Amino acid sequence: MPFACIFVPDFPVEALLRAERELRSQSLAVIEGKAPLQKVLAVNENARRAGVYPGMTKLQIEACTGLALRARSLQQEAAAHAALLDCAQSFSPRVEAAGCDTIVLDLAGLEPLFGPLPKIARALARRASVLGLETSVAVAANPDTAALAARGFSGVTVIPEGKEAEQLGSLPVEVLFSNSDEMQLLETFSRWGIRKLRDLAALPDVALSERLGQAGIHLQALAHGATSRTLVPVEPLLVFEEVIELEYPLVLLEPLAFLLGRLLEQLCARLEARALATQELRLCLELENGWPTEDSSMNGGTGVLARPGLAQARRFQRTLRLPVPLLDSRTFLKLLQLDLKAHPPGAPIVKIQLAAEPVRPRAAQNGLFLPPSPEPEKLELTLARIAGIVGGDKVGSLELLDTHRPEGFRMLRFAPETFSPQRHIDTKKNNSTFLFPTSSLSTSVSPCLRGDNSDDLVTALRIFRPPIGVVVTMRDGKPACITCPKKEMQGEILWAAGPWRSSGDWWEQEGWARDEWDIAVQAETGIALYRLVRDRLGGQWILEGTYD
Amino acid sequence: MSSLPLISTAAPGRFVAVAAAPALPTLVFERLAAMPKLAGVAPASRLEVRPTPQMVPSGVREIDALTGGLPRGCLTEICGPASSGRTSVLLAALAAATQRQEVCALVDISDAFNPHSAAAAGVNFERMLWVRCGMRLQKSGSPQRHPSTSLRAGSGTEKNEKIEKPVEQALRVTDLLLQSGGFGLVMIDLGDTPLKMARRIPLTSWFRFQRAVEHTPTVLFVISQVPCAQTCASLLLKVSGKKLSAVSSKLSAETSPAHTQLLHGLQVQGEVLRSRLERKPAGSVTAAFTTKVRAG
Repeated sequence: MPFACIFVPDFPVEALLRAERELRSQSLAVIEGKAPLQKVLAVNENARRAGVYPGMTKLQIEACTGLALRARSLQQEAAAHAALLDCAQSFSPRVEAAGCDTIVLDLAGLEPLFGPLPKIARALARRASVLGLETSVAVAANPDTAALAARGFSGVTVIPEGKEAEQLGSLPVEVLFSNSDEMQLLETFSRWGIRKLRDLAALPDVALSERLGQAGIHLQALAHGATSRTLVPVEPLLVFEEVIELEYPLVLLEPLAFLLGRLLEQLCARLEARALATQELRLCLELENGWPTEDSSMNGGTGVLARPGLAQARRFQRTLRLPVPLLDSRTFLKLLQLDLKAHPPGAPIVKIQLAAEPVRPRAAQNGLFLPPSPEPEKLELTLARIAGIVGGDKVGSLELLDTHRPEGFRMLRFAPETFSPQRHIDTKKNNSTFLFPTSSLSTSVSPCLRGDNSDDLVTALRIFRPPIGVVVTMRDGKPACITCPKKEMQGEILWAAGPWRSSGDWWEQEGWARDEWDIAVQAETGIALYRLVRDRLGGQWILEGTYD
Repeated sequence: MSSLPLISTAAPGRFVAVAAAPALPTLVFERLAAMPKLAGVAPASRLEVRPTPQMVPSGVREIDALTGGLPRGCLTEICGPASSGRTSVLLAALAAATQRQEVCALVDISDAFNPHSAAAAGVNFERMLWVRCGMRLQKSGSPQRHPSTSLRAGSGTEKNEKIEKPVEQALRVTDLLLQSGGFGLVMIDLGDTPLKMARRIPLTSWFRFQRAVEHTPTVLFVISQVPCAQTCASLLLKVSGKKLSAVSSKLSAETSPAHTQLLHGLQVQGEVLRSRLERKPAGSVTAAFTTKVRAG
């Protein structure tokens, strides 16, 4: 039963390099600890060549020119570990987290799906590279041998069954000790002159047992590549979150968009590895200065302006909700850019946190004879751009409210449903007619099916927003003369019908009561019909709209 | 004729008499095509004939009978003064399109759309995008001119901001909608826009819109007081109120009290001013229809 191990050398460095790829060609050292006692935790290969090693103090390495220093970020390491798990999970469901930098997965039964073992190993390394991690991948007959080979050999290694001891023999004994608790054994081996695993494997097991006990026997078995154990699979949580902690605060949108683009690429690659998409993106920005926190939702979500305590007042959160599951980092980036342009955080940014809510991808196939409809990705971008032009509350679909109050409607987020053949009930004729989905309805179709009977044509009312105040003179209880300075209208009312009295919400503070009149006035271009309204509570006359 | 010699310039500086061509026009075209400057020029007789656009019902039977419907991939303009029935036709077309399950967009320049009238007309709001233009402060300057946008709120000084007019907003929004694609019907409501502002819309904008919808199934529909799109409109229809006073003639007697009177509707007359869909002179082709007022 073959196993594969993915190992990330210099894991703290790689976790940081996922967000800052340009540092890969430079010398980089990751330091940790409080200010006077900061020590190097991990370095990359360039820094190692420059003479920088883990354990050195910050003072010692400050003399090195061209060395980039970064503080250790546990959150970025957690994100890198999650990405590593996603990489393994995209190949096999049986995945063991042997360490934050080591993942072992069971390859049993994968050969018919992904090809021979070397091909699978190469695909694993490639997938990890897409996720921003340079890894060593090894395949062996047991998990421990695979892990040792991944730690010891760089690149892709495949150890055939039965040749474990031969292949592992050239490795130094240090690969057996991944944590500092077993350093005493390493010192013992060093005193004995044992440098390679083949030296350890050649020791007599009884004598080794007498000196080092079961631990020594276990290490020798590891050196032989003859251990056998059961894999302990983990079920990683579906948490997709990426973080960047910035060295310097960001004050401009363009560099922020650059970093957001990287985070989104990583998130989308991780989601793609798990065959998922997202319908909700949460952006959390940690601000440098104390500023009122704005926690709100984009695209029709419920916006909340919160002013919590001072500790949370440095965070700026935006939530991007999408009508359909998407997986396009460019679309996400543009949407976030447009939203941040409309709602700037208000203070320099020191930390960026981006999370995606995973959902199953949209599985829809449009019909051949369905009417055209906008692509969801393009539509979202278009709506966001239009919202940037006219305002977020001025674009969308609408819903009528259950009230007789004028302007009794509210704006909703525009999300046209995909077509489903529905049975339209004609309430007037009390019979049902099927609406043809095809756009090729020609004039040969019966008018009753098209609903284009001119008997049903409705006289439309055009609303004046805001209403126009007018001065009205009454005669015999009817409006007789009207003066409207705004529309340069003054004269006799030729015809009037009304009043049509209505009122509502009198049980609330915002009660209303009005008399409506339909009037005809001589205009320059002919006779114009208006709806004239008298507010019975305030006593004002207004022109509400015109019939057209 | 058959012995007409042709001059060949195959050898520079030397003219050679060649044999008579079997088909003179063919040879002339070949020679013309061989000339570098005229290589891409096609003779008029070989120009591609523009296909007849597909027509969709407008929702008004009389207009469909008059024009054959609304052409897809073309700009249709309906003009007329206030209370002439333009908006009624717009709502009818909107209702017909949403009932065909098409996604529609209304660019409302003067924010005059009445949802209750639309609901009475049968518009499906779930498939209609309503863009309400209006005065709004915009930061002046293009992104290219100011590549770095500050993240600080209110960083833009008042000098960098300007009031964007609804017409400018509408043109930008229409551009975005047409470029996005997928809409069955895009409507621009210029009904209440002052004449001088409507006429100030550059012709290039209309050309751009026309090019954007060309070869797409989108119907671009504009209502205005006077013709604005000029030659870009494939179909120009003028509507006017016909015998408006007769609408309420039954109840408009001087003696009857006002509350017993009722606005019954509008009698509308439509006239085709221009139609590029057929090669015959338009004009003096009219149709009349009636709209009714409904509660709502």
